[in-house]
Amino acid sequence: MLELKNVSYEVQNESSLQKKEILRNITMVIEDHTFVVITGPNGGGKSTLAKIIMGIEQPTSGRIFFDGKDITNMDMTERARLGIGFAFQQPVRFKGLTIRQLLKMAAQKDLNTEQLCEYLSEVGLCAVDYINREMDGSLSGGELKRIEIAMLIARGVKLSLFDEPEAGIDLWSFNNLIRVFEEIRDTHHGSVVIISHQERILDIADKLIVVADGGITAEGSKDELLPSLLAGTQTCKFYQREAVR
Amino acid sequence: MTTAVDTILEKVADLKEKPKGAYNIRVNGKSEGRKSTPNIMITPKENSEGIDIHVKPGTKGEYVHIPVVVDGSGYTELVYNDFYLGDGCDVQIIAGCGIHNDGLHLSQHDGIHTFHVGKAARVKYIEKHYGEGNGSGERVLNPVTVVNLEDDSYLEMETVQIEGVDSTKRVTKGTVGKNASLVVKEVLMTSGTQSATTEFEVLLDGAGSSSNIMSRSVAKGKSRQVFLSKINGNNACAGHSECDAIIMDSACVQAIPEITANHVDASLIHEAAIGKIAGEQIIKLRTLGLDREEAEKAIVDGFLRT
Repeated sequence: MLELKNVSYEVQNESSLQKKEILRNITMVIEDHTFVVITGPNGGGKSTLAKIIMGIEQPTSGRIFFDGKDITNMDMTERARLGIGFAFQQPVRFKGLTIRQLLKMAAQKDLNTEQLCEYLSEVGLCAVDYINREMDGSLSGGELKRIEIAMLIARGVKLSLFDEPEAGIDLWSFNNLIRVFEEIRDTHHGSVVIISHQERILDIADKLIVVADGGITAEGSKDELLPSLLAGTQTCKFYQREAVR
Repeated sequence: MTTAVDTILEKVADLKEKPKGAYNIRVNGKSEGRKSTPNIMITPKENSEGIDIHVKPGTKGEYVHIPVVVDGSGYTELVYNDFYLGDGCDVQIIAGCGIHNDGLHLSQHDGIHTFHVGKAARVKYIEKHYGEGNGSGERVLNPVTVVNLEDDSYLEMETVQIEGVDSTKRVTKGTVGKNASLVVKEVLMTSGTQSATTEFEVLLDGAGSSSNIMSRSVAKGKSRQVFLSKINGNNACAGHSECDAIIMDSACVQAIPEITANHVDASLIHEAAIGKIAGEQIIKLRTLGLDREEAEKAIVDGFLRT
């Protein structure tokens, strides 16, 4: 179980030296074996929240607990070893490191071709075509994204964080992606936290958390929140005027 | 018991025993073993240090091993090895030199390899350079490779130096004939106060000739690296050179491209990128459970993978 208590995060503007609050007093609980989708407008603090949970950023105040243990001061390596995993929104490229090597690092054990094939076929890729390729610019954005997701599947951790996993994989069936998330939850008995704007991903969540302007503005089941989320599209004045015509 | 010579032979030429095929093993200036085959003749030079290697036309699938070991502190040598590769042959040549220096004096091997590659011949040339030893005497390697490619021939050179050489100047010159191709893959790592200079000079003389020079290097500590690549397109040809370097600590890397087109159908490209390990790469591997040092090592090892 992951628990955040009054977590805030602020950054200082380098030129004006003024402080800006990115996350404000976030308190939330991710229960075991649940599928949580964090959604909300762009720039609202969702990705920062995921980075705070992974330990890539440290909160300015507040505490984070994982399975009852205070992990606030742990760095990302320690948190990874405890069982938290993160699939980046923008996959990182590595010149020279092959997909086989990265998947082995993720799994923290040797993997034979059959096991590599299992992970890659989960994300719709044929292992034979990919395992010896470098994770570099020769791969398309969609391929990089799928491999990023495969790495988190290979980790098999208790808490899997995905930052906008649907972006860039439009050719790949969404049903398959959703099945993958459900499998992670069911197979590893872990929790899956997904940052997403995609209605079909929101639709399979056990719980939705809406993050906007640095805070949690709503939290509840999809039945409670989805109708209002889909209806209440925030738009600018100009757009609203156009829409009225 | 494993000797320094055994260790070096394994490091530079993957040799644990006498190689199959033709070979010449040189240790401190003396031949410790030489074998010719019906198709590959190795003979010592009469008027200078070194050997001549003649490969008969049409020879296919054979290997030539010519490793060099220097393990005496204070020993320096200049060696000329000339390769005559007959038309239509397809062979692999494994060279390489290692220095073990436990003493106070300079140990140095300057090897000049000249390849005469016949028409439609294909050659893969692998050379590894390596240094070790606890002495304060410098370990210096200055390889020169000269390649003359006749029409329709191909030579691929894989050159690796990843540790222990204090100073090196590596010069490669190529003259590429009609529809011939020269490919070079260099992997280099320097650390401490080591210095490495790499110079490539390729003349694309023949119509349809091509060359691809790729260098990946890592500079650590206070080491210095200079990469010069000069490609002259003298006919309808394609030339590409690429220097990709990771810089760490207080090291210095300089990449100097020079591409000259002397023909309207010459297409020449040079790419160079120097930078430290991207912070996001370290973060990604740490989120997989590696610590910072493990992540850096994995990134460097992967980058230098051949």
